[in-house]
Amino acid sequence: MSIIFVLIPLGLVLVGFALWAFFWAVGDGQFDDLESPGWSVLSDDAPPGPPR
Amino acid sequence: MTSACFHCGEPLPETPRLVVAVDGREQRVCCLGCRAAAELIRDVGLGDYYRFRTAAAPRPEVARDDVWATYDRPEVQAPLVGRDGALAVVNLLIEGQRCAACSWLIGERLGRLTGVARANVNPATARAQIAFDPRAVGLATLLRAIAALGYRPHVLGATDTLAVATRERRTALKRLAVAGFGMMQVMMIATALYIGAVDGMDPVIREYLRIVSLVVTTPVLIYAGQPFFAGAYASLRARHVGMDVPVAVGIALAFAASAWNTLTHAGDVYFDSVVMFIFLLLLGRYVEMLARHRAGSTGEALLRLVPATALRLVGDVRERVPVAALAAGDRVLVPAGECFPADGRIVGGATEADEALLTGESLPVAKGPGAMVIAGALNSAAPVEVELTAVGQSTVVAGIVRLLERAQTERPRIARLADRAATWFVTRVLVGAALVAALWLLIDPSRAFEATLAVLVVTCPCALSLATPTAITAATATLARAGLLVTRPDALESLAHADTVLFDKTGTLSLGRPRLEGVAVRGIARESALAIAAALERASAHPLAQAFEAIAAPPASEVAVHPGAGIEGRVGASRYRIGSPAFVGALAGPRPVELAETGVHLGCQGAWLARFEIGDALRPDAEHVVRELESLGLAPLIASGDDPVAVRRAASSLGIQRWHARLLPADKLALLERLRAGGARVLAVGDGVNDAPTLRAASVSLALGSGSALAQASADLVALRGELATLPAAVRLARRTTAIVRQNLLWSAAYNLVALPLAALGWVPPWLAAVGMSASSLLVVLNALRLARPPRRASARPAAPIVVREAAAT
Repeated sequence: MSIIFVLIPLGLVLVGFALWAFFWAVGDGQFDDLESPGWSVLSDDAPPGPPR
Repeated sequence: MTSACFHCGEPLPETPRLVVAVDGREQRVCCLGCRAAAELIRDVGLGDYYRFRTAAAPRPEVARDDVWATYDRPEVQAPLVGRDGALAVVNLLIEGQRCAACSWLIGERLGRLTGVARANVNPATARAQIAFDPRAVGLATLLRAIAALGYRPHVLGATDTLAVATRERRTALKRLAVAGFGMMQVMMIATALYIGAVDGMDPVIREYLRIVSLVVTTPVLIYAGQPFFAGAYASLRARHVGMDVPVAVGIALAFAASAWNTLTHAGDVYFDSVVMFIFLLLLGRYVEMLARHRAGSTGEALLRLVPATALRLVGDVRERVPVAALAAGDRVLVPAGECFPADGRIVGGATEADEALLTGESLPVAKGPGAMVIAGALNSAAPVEVELTAVGQSTVVAGIVRLLERAQTERPRIARLADRAATWFVTRVLVGAALVAALWLLIDPSRAFEATLAVLVVTCPCALSLATPTAITAATATLARAGLLVTRPDALESLAHADTVLFDKTGTLSLGRPRLEGVAVRGIARESALAIAAALERASAHPLAQAFEAIAAPPASEVAVHPGAGIEGRVGASRYRIGSPAFVGALAGPRPVELAETGVHLGCQGAWLARFEIGDALRPDAEHVVRELESLGLAPLIASGDDPVAVRRAASSLGIQRWHARLLPADKLALLERLRAGGARVLAVGDGVNDAPTLRAASVSLALGSGSALAQASADLVALRGELATLPAAVRLARRTTAIVRQNLLWSAAYNLVALPLAALGWVPPWLAAVGMSASSLLVVLNALRLARPPRRASARPAAPIVVREAAAT
């Protein structure tokens, strides 16, 4: 069972990484609008003007 | 879909056959506005919208004067637009969005305009942020493009109030994630510990797992639990034991006890309870916060009432100035179809003012020279010159907002009831713990600390603290799915206990929009009478004209609007008059007896042609809702600002005995206070600005999503789809919620009462305590989850609730 002395801290490191990724995504505004980006793929041609 | 308009989904009228060709197929539409919008969408190559949308589009208003042109003037535009390098950035609130396809449509339409660099439209918040090159395209062009699609844009200004909300939401989301991830880890370890307690476990591993739990729980408590500590600290500083205090005390004590036991290798740990409690409470608050943000804020609501600019008259020169630059004593010209920018007295011309939003009066009021007009009311007939008497903070609208603030300060009386229960519980627990501590200090001081902690821990966490939040969260989520937002945590409890329901009339029980209810003709075909009437009414901004909007009309010429009387004009070869009997009689001669005096009349030279019955139709679901609320034991009551005749008619057709008419906002508030003094717990339902103070002051209130933003910001519940039908189901669910909360509290209190003395006397082995603790929490959560099922419908319900489509009148 001594393996848990390695695996649990390792799991916590992974959790820390997941949290960091989530924080980054929140800060990037990815959770501000969960609906309309799904619709943007339905538009056939890219909108004119500079890229978003 | 053959009987409904292709664009807006409203029922198709019989007579005019309007079609639009989309994707090579002919589609029927209900009115000219819809045809224009559908053609526009097709012509700019956005026909896909009709395939992807999930809800019908708002019905576009037939275009009136170009009110947007003023937004291109530099002095108007400058304070509203921010800079981003060479680009100008503007924030808009776009009303009328029904689904994600709407925002897609708006975004695409704007993105195809030259000069628009980026257009982000968020359907959840109805906001749009547009960056554009001011040299290539004007703000007015953008607004016009949005309005042409059938949506109503409002300019919010450069500094977006939404930024604050976004920041709040992001922080809450991060806290939720920390609590959620922490909970998963701690629960996983707790499972091992519980099984270890039953099967036996190596003490080294047990201590190790406890330390890991402590390590994970600490950041959760400090970061995710911070709002509870901050809230508790704030309420204690205000010398008042609020809702956050028991929460903060509970999690702090449970954590302290667990940490102490971990470090001293003794007793039990409750880290799982701590993190689960924090996570579930945060989840509940997050759902609530989203609802609050969607319901909007008061400041914005005001912004949308008063126009941004006004035409000031200096001598004979007219100039467009921002409303903020106006002063009392200024003279302004208010064109037909615009809102009055400030309170004032008419000095030139005569018109009619639509004050429905402010007073609840369903029909416009005639205003001649010398009459007072109020800011925010719509000038619906003819241009008038107004001498301003009050601007800004001294206007009637601002007064309503102040009334609102007063109502809010009186509100806490009810909110305190919920707090008092929490205070009662916390004080009992603290007193009990102190007693135990004192007793043990007398008997055996070395065990005093341990025993005291045991009392606190066994009493505080888990089931007892989960009982209320889980039930409320589950019920809130269920209601949100049904289109009802809960914006205040104790709204459900108040809703369950309400025994009186106070309805506003205009826009709440009725549609707030004139409808053609009957036609009587004399020597003319029904169709031609309607066509002539529609032709004349096209020229009018009068709300009654909306009744004729859906009818195709031949062109009319020489049209003149006579405020307070009617419209005169030429259709084909003859002159016609439509309006009051006196006005028509001047052209048509004495009125024949078969045409009754009430209603709108149509006549030509020497002949009376038709009489139209126009009424503010009741919502189709209103009567059913009133009946169902009565069967739930709520006494209905109408409080309206409208005319007694109209109110009596609505009351009698709905079978409501008690009604009050011609109430000002302050009168409504007084009525509410009288009801409350009589012991009634009032549920207020409304939609207008004049209802806002009542909504804020009532025990619990519901605003319709189709109504004014100020009303929505003041209410505890917002019916997003603008229908009343969800209300009885909501009352039923609220009652079920309080019942489940009571069951949960009863169960966990009973468990604690039994477990506490037994555990204190050493009669409960650890594995049994663990099983009991988990089972008790699980039972409480599962019981609460019963609320997540959609509310059961009453058996005697007509099939398929009638969907009332709101063409967002007002």
